[in-house]
Amino acid sequence: MLDSLARLGRVGIGVLERLGRGHLLLLAIFVGLPDLLPRLGLLLRQIYSVGVLSVLIISVSGLFVGMVLGLQGYYILSQFGAEQTLGVMVAASLVRELGPVVAALLFAGRAGSALTAEIGLMKATEQLSGLEMMAVDPVRRVLTPRFFAGFISMPLLAALFSALGVLGGYFVGGGLLGVDDGAFWAQMQAKIDLHEDVYNGVIKSFVFGLVCTWIALFQGYDCVPTSEGVSRATTRTVVHSSLAVLGLDFILTALMFGE
Amino acid sequence: MHNRTVEILVGAFMAAGLVAFFFLAMQVSNLSSSGNGDGYEVIARFDNIGSLKVRSPVTMAGVRIGRVSEIGFDRRTYEAVVTLRIESEYNVIPDDSFAKIFTAGLLGEQYIGLDPGGSDKFLQQGSEISLTQSALVLEEIIGQFLFSKAEEGDSFE
Repeated sequence: MLDSLARLGRVGIGVLERLGRGHLLLLAIFVGLPDLLPRLGLLLRQIYSVGVLSVLIISVSGLFVGMVLGLQGYYILSQFGAEQTLGVMVAASLVRELGPVVAALLFAGRAGSALTAEIGLMKATEQLSGLEMMAVDPVRRVLTPRFFAGFISMPLLAALFSALGVLGGYFVGGGLLGVDDGAFWAQMQAKIDLHEDVYNGVIKSFVFGLVCTWIALFQGYDCVPTSEGVSRATTRTVVHSSLAVLGLDFILTALMFGE
Repeated sequence: MHNRTVEILVGAFMAAGLVAFFFLAMQVSNLSSSGNGDGYEVIARFDNIGSLKVRSPVTMAGVRIGRVSEIGFDRRTYEAVVTLRIESEYNVIPDDSFAKIFTAGLLGEQYIGLDPGGSDKFLQQGSEISLTQSALVLEEIIGQFLFSKAEEGDSFE
């Protein structure tokens, strides 16, 4: 009885400790920002590996998600004779929800896992300790550029996803299924609001970028420095990021769109 | 991977992201037709505004000339006080114009239509439209219809 209570307590303390270490790491990363500004080359290189290399999967997924939305939306809307609002449906669901969320899930799988594995291996092969021996702060030199690279890349990737999704929906709706071009765009422009829909989507993608990159970096930095530890940390990154994105999405949606 | 190539690719990536964002802002959303900020506000009182909402369009002859900017409630007269923001280029609307609440289509959203009056004074910031017609509430119309049918039925007997 007491043993199981103690085990529960140990788990709780462990979770709290991890949370605390995570927040301290985030603080340390932000403190490193002034040192990053004169050395934008570091940031550029990380944007390349985090952002540019994710463009392909994000673009292809966006295009196909938009095309599927076009097909399914047309099927439902045509039952009400409202297929001209297809543009509104595709654009609203992409800009508000699917763009930020699916892009963040892909980002966590594509870029987050790579970040964790890279930093975990740096730790396992004692490169981080090596940096410290040379009086270089590994958080500032290694983590800060990666964090801001993720934070900058994620909204751009989400915007790319949504834009290509809208185009995909347009190809299917306007090209394949014969929805009127003018009605498709005009209805969309009349119903989608720049502040209400587009800006809120961008805010979401900034939050998701922060959370996904933070989780990935923390898991890598905090992992057990063995090959097994790195593999578990990588798994945890993907699982935790995905859960965090979906949970936060609910909270953000309730805050932004609930009345 | 050379530094220069990395820089070019990152530049292309950021440009693509920004282009996508501008596409969403310009092509997908209503930035080009929002036109908020300038204009003048007039108020109108209605007995019942139905499901009129803030940002609902204000039209004249079917052309959108403004939006509803605020909806309030007068606690003394039990009327809805609707503030209309009309774009400043439409500054020659007679002050005895008639404001009605219409519904776009059978199930569409509600909007305010203005019918021009004959006065040679124009609406300005803060003026009030006194001639108004409330929203048609479907249940009321059906109720009246049934009531008059019932009366007709009585008179035949």
